[in-house]
Amino acid sequence: MISIEDFITKLKEEFEDVPSDSLHANTNYREIENWGSMHALIIIALVDTEWDVSLTGSDLKATNTIQELFDVVVSKLK
Amino acid sequence: MEKAYIQVVETYVPQNTLSNVDLSLQFDIPQDEILKQTGVKTRYITSEEELASDLAVSVGKKFFKENAHIKKTDINFLLYCTSALDYVGPATACLIHEQLGLSKNCLAIDIPMGCAGFTNGLIMAKALIENGTAQNILFITSDMPSKVVHPNDYYLKSIFSDAAAATLITNTKGFEIGKFSFGTDGLGAENLIIKGSGARNPVDFDWLEKHKNVGGLKIGRMEMNGLEILKFSLREIPPLFEAVLHKNNLKESDIDYFIFHQASGIVIKYVSKKLNIAPEKVISSLEDYGNTVSASIPIALSNAIKQNLIQPNSNIFIAGFGIGYSWSATIIKN
Repeated sequence: MISIEDFITKLKEEFEDVPSDSLHANTNYREIENWGSMHALIIIALVDTEWDVSLTGSDLKATNTIQELFDVVVSKLK
Repeated sequence: MEKAYIQVVETYVPQNTLSNVDLSLQFDIPQDEILKQTGVKTRYITSEEELASDLAVSVGKKFFKENAHIKKTDINFLLYCTSALDYVGPATACLIHEQLGLSKNCLAIDIPMGCAGFTNGLIMAKALIENGTAQNILFITSDMPSKVVHPNDYYLKSIFSDAAAATLITNTKGFEIGKFSFGTDGLGAENLIIKGSGARNPVDFDWLEKHKNVGGLKIGRMEMNGLEILKFSLREIPPLFEAVLHKNNLKESDIDYFIFHQASGIVIKYVSKKLNIAPEKVISSLEDYGNTVSASIPIALSNAIKQNLIQPNSNIFIAGFGIGYSWSATIIKN
């Protein structure tokens, strides 16, 4: 089982260009400075490689905060 | 049964380049940001009158010039892989055959494939060598994706690049070509496609009118769902790797180097991560060449050979994958 803290730590590692103090559970990740389509790809790839969970474009569209994203990942864990 | 070997790889790029400085000026994105996002510093761009077949002829001429011990009459098969044929007919391979001055006893055939084109073509070349049909196959892979990328499409423009490679496959010496695994999934066709091309969806007046400010995009426009292509790569390459290891009676630890189709920085990084590969084992030419479609694997291999990166008796996993969806992979051993 992963925790929200682990999840955010991994996101911080992957998003080199995002200030790490801007990532919290209630952060609306779409509103992060410099946010772009490349970051959505990185989320898909990170979640797939770390937790073997395949997110869809719809999954991303249905979420706003990092907590919501984390909840979707947890719901899909095998 | 004869064995098939990759003996020589030559590469060729057009003169014009597209740098991150150029992209930064056009799209107002910092240069270092472009490099981080794409993994690419330099892309090569064909001039207006220069086609993939021109690159193919240039790399073919370079091949014979640099390898004087190989005579044109030695070549008994020309395979030409591209996703940018000159005509629906005749086969572009026949035109290249003529311009290279190959023997009339040499058969010339097109393989109209994209990102998996190199490994797909190797499957055919290996079979032709092993069954005794051919002894020396000149396999040219050449593409010009820049001509079907919308000039204002940052994502595609920052990744794709034009180039050609000529690979000699023989029955004598070089990198021995192992057994292949492969697959196809046409359900993915819409996720990477050249719209406004071919007979199904040809360019019409409305299309030309819509794109008149960017030259008409007369031979089509590439459209890619990057998210789906990434998911496809992460889904199919791990089992492909396992299947290739099994077919060649090898373990993961037996593989010394990995050359993936140079799709993009993100695809290579996360496919490598999912396979748990040490970064130093991954051979890449992405930074200096971009995604050159069917030429990307031979360009990476050629650079690694020239830089003496590959130690003797190495097992190299090579995997082509993408548009189709189509994918194939094998081990080559020096």
